[in-house]
Amino acid sequence: MAAMTEESFTSDAASPPAIRLRGIRNAFGTQVVHDNLDLDVLRGEVLGVVGGSGSGKSVLLRTIIGLQIPSAGEIELLGEKIEAGRGEMPTRKLQGRFGMMFQDGALFSSLTVAQNIMAPMRERGGIPKQFMRELALLKINMVGLPPNAADKFPSQLSGGMRKRASLARALALDPQVVFLDEPTAGLDPIGASNFDMLIRDLQGSLNLTVVMVTHDLDSLVAICDRIAVLLDKQVTVGTMSELVANPHPWIQEYFHGPRARAAFEAPGLKG
Amino acid sequence: MSLDWGEQDVAAAAETLLSITETGGELRVGIAGPLTIEAVARLDRQFRQAVKASPRQVVIDAGGVTALDSAGAWVLRRTSEAFSGRGIEVRLDGLQAEYSALLEKAFIPDPDVPTDEDRPNTLIVITARAGKAMFDMAHVGRDLFGFFGLTIVSLLGLLTGRTKLRFVALVSQLEYVGLNAVGIVSLLCFLVGVVLAYMGSLQLERFGAAILTVNLVGISVLREIGVLLTAIIVAGRSGSAFTAQIGTMKVNQEVDALETLGLSPVDVLVLPRLIALFIALPILVFIGDIAGLAGGAMISVMKLDLTIQQFLIQLKGSVDFWDFGTGILKAPVFAYVIAVVGCHQGLKVSGSAESVGFRTTKAVVESIFIVIVLDALFAIFFAEVGI
Ligand SMILES: Nc1ncnc2c1ncn2[C@@H]1O[C@H](COP(=O)(O)OP(=O)(O)OP(=O)(O)O)[C@@H](O)[C@H]1O
Ligand SMILES: [Mg+2]
Repeated sequence: MAAMTEESFTSDAASPPAIRLRGIRNAFGTQVVHDNLDLDVLRGEVLGVVGGSGSGKSVLLRTIIGLQIPSAGEIELLGEKIEAGRGEMPTRKLQGRFGMMFQDGALFSSLTVAQNIMAPMRERGGIPKQFMRELALLKINMVGLPPNAADKFPSQLSGGMRKRASLARALALDPQVVFLDEPTAGLDPIGASNFDMLIRDLQGSLNLTVVMVTHDLDSLVAICDRIAVLLDKQVTVGTMSELVANPHPWIQEYFHGPRARAAFEAPGLKG
Repeated sequence: MSLDWGEQDVAAAAETLLSITETGGELRVGIAGPLTIEAVARLDRQFRQAVKASPRQVVIDAGGVTALDSAGAWVLRRTSEAFSGRGIEVRLDGLQAEYSALLEKAFIPDPDVPTDEDRPNTLIVITARAGKAMFDMAHVGRDLFGFFGLTIVSLLGLLTGRTKLRFVALVSQLEYVGLNAVGIVSLLCFLVGVVLAYMGSLQLERFGAAILTVNLVGISVLREIGVLLTAIIVAGRSGSAFTAQIGTMKVNQEVDALETLGLSPVDVLVLPRLIALFIALPILVFIGDIAGLAGGAMISVMKLDLTIQQFLIQLKGSVDFWDFGTGILKAPVFAYVIAVVGCHQGLKVSGSAESVGFRTTKAVVESIFIVIVLDALFAIFFAEVGI
């Protein structure tokens, strides 16, 4: 598996990255979250983003998709320059080409789960109603929700189920780039590893690019091609083996703690 | 692969070809091009049509599939299962190996889940709704009564020192419901005073009794207009805010969190709002009265050629303390109604953002309704006791 994915993004090495960040600076009042941050996300890779709580992972995702306007720097998403703050949301042009799963779900509370998943399809238009319903049920099953969840409202779901429903909505149109903010937090371990496999499968057949914030070391080991560590307002990117060798104390602690060791001992370790 | 960002796939999907041929009992379903959602949305009808046939065996030739997403995988699977479910042999040919994992995942365990198209008869729905509305109304009355009781208990707790007053919350609510409302209340009362005086003077002039305009304005503003108008404005701006604030907290489970901390939502959320409105509304009514009279005075001066002194003397002769007193007495009662209804609806919010909106509307309508009903009862009461 490692070999296959390695190939799928290195063979395009000459191609422009799916996402390109240069000199990003984000600040809330006097608190600087990102400073002069550069990041390339290659096409077809699964990039894990890690970092301490409050280090700015969610803000980074919001910045990439144009929800958060950086005070400096430039962003290119799928070859399209995101010029935030110029009126029109840049993301509109890329509608349907990327999906975002928010950390706390952000499901539309007045729609059922199925309607939530159908919402992006409705926006796209031209899809027969019955087929939309089937697709919604398909996604519901794919993310491991029981079929009877389809007609429930978000307030009637458990926390983990909401998470899955929100993932199903992010995947509704099989986007090219998906941003996942802690997708497996709150899932049971079996569900979490099923989810990892799902991302892998979709990634394999659709050449998906995935940017995923996760603290789940198993996910990092199992499906991430590279890992971006948010440290000191910037990112350090590398494969698992490169990072394990990185001398930075936080990285050392992260990848050599007892939890990390347990994850590495599981089969599927690469690097 | 070329270096586009998906535009080519989308364009190509418009050209995806589906060919269905039947030769000697064998149905061949040939697909050429990307089988992605754009293509499938277009070809879905044809796929559904195709499975109506009953050949001896079926070959799905997916050798020409150049891209597959989950929508495409589902259609392949649905089509082949529609045949195999009827005992017809199906073979899937030529699908690239990298897509097989996706095909595996494209599966709906129980496709017969009721769709939202399966709605019952409209007549039944309407009848059921009417019945439900009747019951709801009865329940609202009962609930509201219960909630009135709760707030009384909570207020008594305050007097006996069981709960303590949240002073900071009270002050901030006072600023919000009281101070910030002064502008709009005085402006609207002033304008209504102007209208009353103007319309009144036009009519009364015809009887040569233009001076009585002052009596008209004085009595109606002090007894009714000032308090009613202020109560309606406050119900619209503060009652609704109470519902929305508490309702949003309910949605975010903040209210549940309060309960787990051993705090009563009534003590923490309702009491400061209730007391703030209790204090603020009489003051606002007083300001509204003054503004209404000022509006009347302005028209009297401009239209009736009275001086301010003459206006005040006429006013003094025409109204007594109880004209003012009845108005201001009603204010705390209305304040109680508005606050209790607003907070009650807020606490009844369940789950969704839609529910917050629904409850907010209800709070405003309900509190204005109750305020006006009470106002009528007060009018009868005051008439009977003769003040
Ligand atoms: N809208 C905002 N206004 C002010 N500060 C903000 C805002 N959003 C985020 N921050 C601050 O930016 C920092 C980074 O927040 P962010 O949500 O990105 O953290 P995170 O890395 O996602 O953490 P976690 O792992 O807990 O989700 C935090 O210190 C937070 O307080
Ligand atoms: Mg976060």
